[in-house]
Amino acid sequence: MKILLIDDSRTMRNIQKNVLQQIGIQEVTEAVDGEDGMKQYLSSQPTLILCDWNMPNVDGITFVQRLRAAGHKTPVIMVTTEAEKAKVVEAIKAGVNGYVVKPFTPDLLKTRIDEVMSKAA
Amino acid sequence: MDPAFVEAFKFAISNFFSTMLSTEVEIADPSVSSSFESVFDVSGIIGLSGDVQGSVVVSFPTSTAEAVVTKFAGMPMSQDDDDFTDAIGEVTNMIAGGAKSNFPDTSVSISCPSVVVGHGHKVFRRHDLPVIEFACTCDCGAFAVQVTLKKETAEGSGNPTAQAA
Ligand SMILES: [Mg+2]
Repeated sequence: MKILLIDDSRTMRNIQKNVLQQIGIQEVTEAVDGEDGMKQYLSSQPTLILCDWNMPNVDGITFVQRLRAAGHKTPVIMVTTEAEKAKVVEAIKAGVNGYVVKPFTPDLLKTRIDEVMSKAA
Repeated sequence: MDPAFVEAFKFAISNFFSTMLSTEVEIADPSVSSSFESVFDVSGIIGLSGDVQGSVVVSFPTSTAEAVVTKFAGMPMSQDDDDFTDAIGEVTNMIAGGAKSNFPDTSVSISCPSVVVGHGHKVFRRHDLPVIEFACTCDCGAFAVQVTLKKETAEGSGNPTAQAA
């Protein structure tokens, strides 16, 4: 499985990469915002995207909207501090497949990845 | 400050430290100050906009900041590391974002974090609002969360500007 990890914080990307390594995922491409994310998406063709919401330049929700508008169906899990119902609804409407609220435990992230990938299979 | 906001901040601080650091935090009842002094060495700053305007400052002595980010990142990290300010920014993001997500009946956006490093720095905030300080202690040391809030959509930004001493 190839993962695209979009988060403006390198610390957060490292924390998530550690969790991915624990479940045997080594192939991870990183991006620092939604614009970089789109570039990396097109060149790396990932099986799953983990995407932050609050980022400078192009944020996560805009990235998901652009991704879906371009017809790409790759599953996206939003990993964000945004936890209000209205925000979760907005993300689902934009085409997000799973949602993880920061702060999260490694187990929650693993569970969500399992859920989303088994639905996509 | 609205008691619901106080609870939202207490929850967000505890939740961050218990979930990401497996650490309990003791949070004192908030105190009100009109002082613009930021008491510690490293401060993460996030602006709030929307139905609630203002700012959240999470301020640490260097030793506490290093202990917190070391636990958070899961590897030794000192003030000289490239990712030190990034990690402090993300700690601030999770506390401010966690709190605002639990404000009742409001739609609030948060800015990307800024981080100021320097002994004796001060953070200047809008002058018409008090600074509410949550004094916190955990096994990494003491730190403070300072909050300035205004609940309404008025003109003017609550974002502070920081200045090194
Ligand atoms: Mg972010």
